[in-house]
Amino acid sequence: MRLAAQSWLIVILALIAAVAAFGLAINRNLPDPHLGPAMAKRAPNPSRGAYIATLGDCAACHTTPGGAALAGGVPLATPLGSVYSTNITPDREHGIGAYSFTDFARVMRQGVRPDGARLYPAMPYTAYAKVSDEDLQDLFAYLTQKVAAAPAPDRVPGIPWLLRVRWPLALWNKAFLQDARFAPEPAKGAAWNRGAYLVQGLAHCGTCHTPRGLGFQEISVDGGSAFYLSGARLAGESPVNLRGNAGDGLGRWSADEIAELLATGRSPHAAVLGQMGEVVAQSTQFMTPDDRSAIAAYLKSLPPAPEEGRATYAPSGATLAAFMAGRESTVPGARMFMDSCAACHRLSGEGEGRSFPHLGGSPTVLAQHPDSLIRVILKGARLPATEAAPSRLAMPPFGWRYDDQQVAALASFVRQSWGNNAAAVSAEDVERVRKGLR
Amino acid sequence: MAVTNKSVDVVIVGFGWTGAIMAIELAKTGLNVLALERGEDQDTVPSFAYPKVVDEIAQSARNGLLQNLSKTTVTIRHDKDGRALPYRQIGSFKPGTGVGGAGIHWSGVHSRVMPEELRLKTHTLERYGRGFIPEDMQLQDWGVSYEELEPHFDRFEYVCGTSGKAGNIDGVMMPGGNPFEAPRAREYPLPPLKDPPTSVLFAKATKELGYNPFPLPASNASRPYRNPYGCDLGPCNFCGFCSDYGCINYSKASPQTTILPALRAMPNFAYRTHAHVTRVNTSADGKTATGVTYIDAQGREVFQPAGMVVLAAFHLHNVRLMLSSKIGKPYDPNTGEGVIGRNFCYQLINSVNTFFDKQTYINPFMGSGGVGQAIEDFNADNFDHGPLGFIGGGIIWGRQTGIGPVRGIPLPKGAPTWGSGWKQAVKDNYAHTGRIEAQMSNMAYRGAYLDLDPTYRDAYGEPLLRMTLDWQDNDLRMSEFFGDKLNAIAKAMGATSASGRVLKRGDHWDTRAYQSTHINGGTSMGTDPKTSAVNKYLQSWDTSNLFVLGANVFAHGIGYNPTGLVGALAYWAADNIRSKYLKSPGPMAAV
Repeated sequence: MRLAAQSWLIVILALIAAVAAFGLAINRNLPDPHLGPAMAKRAPNPSRGAYIATLGDCAACHTTPGGAALAGGVPLATPLGSVYSTNITPDREHGIGAYSFTDFARVMRQGVRPDGARLYPAMPYTAYAKVSDEDLQDLFAYLTQKVAAAPAPDRVPGIPWLLRVRWPLALWNKAFLQDARFAPEPAKGAAWNRGAYLVQGLAHCGTCHTPRGLGFQEISVDGGSAFYLSGARLAGESPVNLRGNAGDGLGRWSADEIAELLATGRSPHAAVLGQMGEVVAQSTQFMTPDDRSAIAAYLKSLPPAPEEGRATYAPSGATLAAFMAGRESTVPGARMFMDSCAACHRLSGEGEGRSFPHLGGSPTVLAQHPDSLIRVILKGARLPATEAAPSRLAMPPFGWRYDDQQVAALASFVRQSWGNNAAAVSAEDVERVRKGLR
Repeated sequence: MAVTNKSVDVVIVGFGWTGAIMAIELAKTGLNVLALERGEDQDTVPSFAYPKVVDEIAQSARNGLLQNLSKTTVTIRHDKDGRALPYRQIGSFKPGTGVGGAGIHWSGVHSRVMPEELRLKTHTLERYGRGFIPEDMQLQDWGVSYEELEPHFDRFEYVCGTSGKAGNIDGVMMPGGNPFEAPRAREYPLPPLKDPPTSVLFAKATKELGYNPFPLPASNASRPYRNPYGCDLGPCNFCGFCSDYGCINYSKASPQTTILPALRAMPNFAYRTHAHVTRVNTSADGKTATGVTYIDAQGREVFQPAGMVVLAAFHLHNVRLMLSSKIGKPYDPNTGEGVIGRNFCYQLINSVNTFFDKQTYINPFMGSGGVGQAIEDFNADNFDHGPLGFIGGGIIWGRQTGIGPVRGIPLPKGAPTWGSGWKQAVKDNYAHTGRIEAQMSNMAYRGAYLDLDPTYRDAYGEPLLRMTLDWQDNDLRMSEFFGDKLNAIAKAMGATSASGRVLKRGDHWDTRAYQSTHINGGTSMGTDPKTSAVNKYLQSWDTSNLFVLGANVFAHGIGYNPTGLVGALAYWAADNIRSKYLKSPGPMAAV
């Protein structure tokens, strides 16, 4: 019920903001997207722009499965209800065909359309604000020159009518938008800077992996906070901590292993789950090896998030020893693990190479919010197909086999075995996730 | 004709092992490839998802993954003067159906072929003379050599992630491997599976008897593995549900685990399920295949035009399609003329259950389809047949594949067959029961063949394929020889008793009891169009844009399990289509 409470809080905030906005008499003029003077002379490169679109994974939100490319209509959950992505094909009526480059840059950096209307920050313009003039120009050239126009009208958001008033978002921007391009740190080297630019900007990793504040804003967009990319809870999943924590983070991963995960969806430590599978399938597998390595190098540079309240991992053979000694029946969840999980993940929890994920020290298993772990147990999971690793290895669902209490016991066992030390999962947690799946 | 589809470059009939191999290898050239499968689509999850698929009643008792015999089946008789009756229940052999075909429910034993088996006629004449060959035995050379096939055996093993130990790498003998092995270019892709108790006892006993045990090559992965197509396998956990089952664990090689993930990514490939092909259509002169006709899920007759046709269904269906499409001359057992249906063979198997004392734990509930130790001292021509007076040989193994209650728990001779006495006997013996087997080649005979049944038709109105086959003296004498070997090995293993099924002179083919699904021949490959249906490239002699894959191209039976050879022949055919046929379509071998 936390979600509902959050919604009401936002309703109240929105009303206060509405009143305040009247009082402040906000400047209704279109903001300046701050394009550099060199842009006027630069010849845009639409082929390079296609790669920018891949880095930005535009298709993830703007293309429905089986639908026209980039014609919008994908539902995006927000605490207020679903909003739908828009048509970004060159269609003049429904898409961006009538946009100037300046109009486009304003949308990407400030979330303001040519007609002055404000975008919901479900569109990650707070991240795209980091993107360089050149990359934006090439992306615009790609979208307007290489993409087929689709006459698909935008869908009306599933947000209650009263809250559909968008101009208070100007206030949201004032509070939360840092309208500044990525500033390289020369001392850190080229790879780090490229990685930071991609992670903070086009790849918009923080959209899912950074915890959000009361205003649904990412609490940090540029690595200035130790909670940047420290894991979150979003749309029924728990995107993992990408910082250097040795427990729920990437502290024990090598940069190469991170890059491998981005290329194939799998690594010796863990496999991707849920929406990250789509990110790998549509975006990261098509990145250049250098860009994937740059991302990995940047992520490896992020120090651990504050450990307070986080799970730890200290590899231990005690669980396997207990199984081998026949003591498993005294541990709730262990029997179920043996019956349903050990065939692949093994009694050691080590899994098998890149085929069956290692459960000891898995960021998903150890995440602060157990949503993704519960979801996988209930619903199963399937790896993305990539060029390098096309097998869509799947875990079958077990939601039909175990009730909420049993899933809680099983998830708790997994979170507290082989050296994993994460908080137990309650039947209420499972019930909540199960409801979200319906 | 109600419906005509858009033409494709290649249409493949059947989407199991050979269909998948041909599809990916030809799609890689950019050709438009379409596979037609009569059964359901299926994949590891959800079709074989744990724990639902490991259901002995659904799979082993009710044959959940096998051909639906109420739609189409075969008729069987022992000799050409008998009346054939329909095979109405699964018994002796188990044809698969659906995407993946028999590649789903096979066990995983993955062998090659012995070089002399491919030239058995020449070899026998050279070593034993003409008088050694029984009068009605139709021996012939296959037209392809082991050396030509070696890269394709290698390819198929690396696709499957076969677990094994090389015995002979390019002529260098390797300790721990099979000393009779034909030279291979390199080691197996994965090390052997761990030996279960039966195999440990078998290896020890056969070594003591002076034989040469080695780990049976198994396409049940012993380690995590990524194959040359990028497909990932997970290691086998010895759950004991291989034969009759789809693998829950991505461990057993199947089209689904090793090829289809890569094939699905290719935009010039497509497949259709519920497409039951009834005919290969040909031009008026019969020299060109124009496509195939199939019945779709709605019961409509559909014509699928194609530039090239590949028959890649199970053995029975490939042979019947050749007959019903009137391609090639049907075999006549009275004159010995004709090729379609000729040299129908069926591998023999002797199976002996070994019962041990209570200190010897076998734990037969665990196992893996291909795991085991084997000896080849009596395979092919590895031993002197002269004093024995029979042609052929086989492989003897101590496998441990999983014995479950519904599949049948063997008991020693004399144990009660029902009631509390039976229960007590199961309790006393189950954990201490192993099984050793001999699998033997079946030679080709003038009177063993396939044709269309004059009486029975299937649900589509097509005549059933008729099998005419029984065991012959040569083969039964070989079987008796192997029966003696099995009993001696059982004794050396320390079995307190051993009993099972050994074929002896006077026995006939019992179609009710499971034997194996290793039927072969019927559209033999060869060098002479008078005795073979396809040339050494598996190309029809009569219709040059028709290729025929599967064990039906075997010229006669072999000692090893057929899948390794079936796969290698598919890669061999695909390779030659790519390098020769596509550059210059037309007959590839001179008559």
